[in-house]
Amino acid sequence: MSTAAPIIKVDAISKSFGAFKVLDGLSMQVMPREKLALIGPSGSGKTTILRILMTLERIDGGHIQIEGEHLYHMERNGQLLPADERHLARMRQKIGMVFQLFNLFPHKSVIDNVTLAPMLTKGVARAAAEKRAMELLDMVGMADKAKAMPAQLSGGQKQRVAIARALALQPKIMLFDEVTSALDPELVEEVLNVLWRLCAETDMTMLLVTHEMGFAHDFADRVLFFDRGRIVEEGKPDEIFRHPKQERTQAFLKKIIAAGHRV
Amino acid sequence: MTQWSGYFGLILQGALVTIELTLMGSVLALIMAFLAGMGRLSRFLIVRAIATAYIEFFRGTSIFVQLFFAYFVLPLVGLELTPLQAGVLALGLNVGAYAAEVVRGAVQSIGREQHEACIALNLGRWQGMRHVILPQAFLVMLPTFGNNAIELLKATSVVSLISLADLTFQAQVVRAQTGNTMVPFTTILVIYFILALLISWGVRSLERRLARGLDGVRV
Repeated sequence: MSTAAPIIKVDAISKSFGAFKVLDGLSMQVMPREKLALIGPSGSGKTTILRILMTLERIDGGHIQIEGEHLYHMERNGQLLPADERHLARMRQKIGMVFQLFNLFPHKSVIDNVTLAPMLTKGVARAAAEKRAMELLDMVGMADKAKAMPAQLSGGQKQRVAIARALALQPKIMLFDEVTSALDPELVEEVLNVLWRLCAETDMTMLLVTHEMGFAHDFADRVLFFDRGRIVEEGKPDEIFRHPKQERTQAFLKKIIAAGHRV
Repeated sequence: MTQWSGYFGLILQGALVTIELTLMGSVLALIMAFLAGMGRLSRFLIVRAIATAYIEFFRGTSIFVQLFFAYFVLPLVGLELTPLQAGVLALGLNVGAYAAEVVRGAVQSIGREQHEACIALNLGRWQGMRHVILPQAFLVMLPTFGNNAIELLKATSVVSLISLADLTFQAQVVRAQTGNTMVPFTTILVIYFILALLISWGVRSLERRLARGLDGVRV
């Protein structure tokens, strides 16, 4: 793995919301197929980096490369220019995202939610898109609800549909932004089970922002602990969760455990 | 004893003109509403400026004057319009200006998370607008569009002033010929009211049809 090229390369990026510096010279690398857990207190920048990778936020400085290609810049005659919409659209094909609040399209049925983007962005014919959608819905255990409207589903079901929807575009990198945080406790597991399947059955690179420390421990190849816009500590799950070196990591984990989360 | 049946025929002819004006005016208003409403949300300053100028101008001047301008002033610069064309133009542009703000407000009421889902699914700006934002926003627009259409219906009566034989015009003809004021004006009052009710019902049933399955997500 050390000889392979990173699929994501983040180089000294910064991002402010007004006077609040949410990312402060952040650098990180992700290898192909790697499963990464991003943990840390709220406001630490872990969600922001996912949103930046999905081009939902712009960076103030620094560089990001996906598969060796600049995300926010285009190379023209040896010069780096700001990316235009076409460049961004091409780069977005590599990346998919699942949101905390699902963001399903409420006016479309489950299957139409899944088929919309492949038909519009890749020109897939309806029949083929629906066949593929049914396979994906089957994988997330939602095939029997294909004709249902989102308003008829539980939170866990909505999130599983949202995962199928993102998978339909076959991204190489999937970003999961606190995908279980909005769910009732008894619905968390059905979503985590889907993530396990993805892990076992696909070779996607997965970045997971989560407060489910137990899941992060079992699932991730590597854990990044964020605080105040920087990565304070990173390592194998066992190192981070059992033997954190940094004081801030220790304090954070102690607080999380006190709040009743299993590690 | 006045022969009312012939006069009622006259009023019904007027009703047809009023309905025709309302329908054609509404179509133009709807087109203008989407053009100007979306224009106000454009990335381009010049488009926003044109849309804003149109909206402010047509909201800020009287429909009465707009109609007279279309019918009496435009011919002076070589644009000759029939009374019906002038009526449709003035009504459509005037009501379209109000409805444009409805379009803009409805589009803006659709949450940021829907826009973000569009970006994450790599939909283009127009694709997202067309397939995700507008279908949801349209449902928000509908009740106010219903109001706008009723306003337009009522405003059609101004065309009687440029001698277009609508309901109000015909009522005046009947009054002049019979000397009776109560019967013609009561009759057209009822007809206007029925037409407004029809618009209300139409819009509400369309709303119900489009809202099916969307329980709990209406804004």
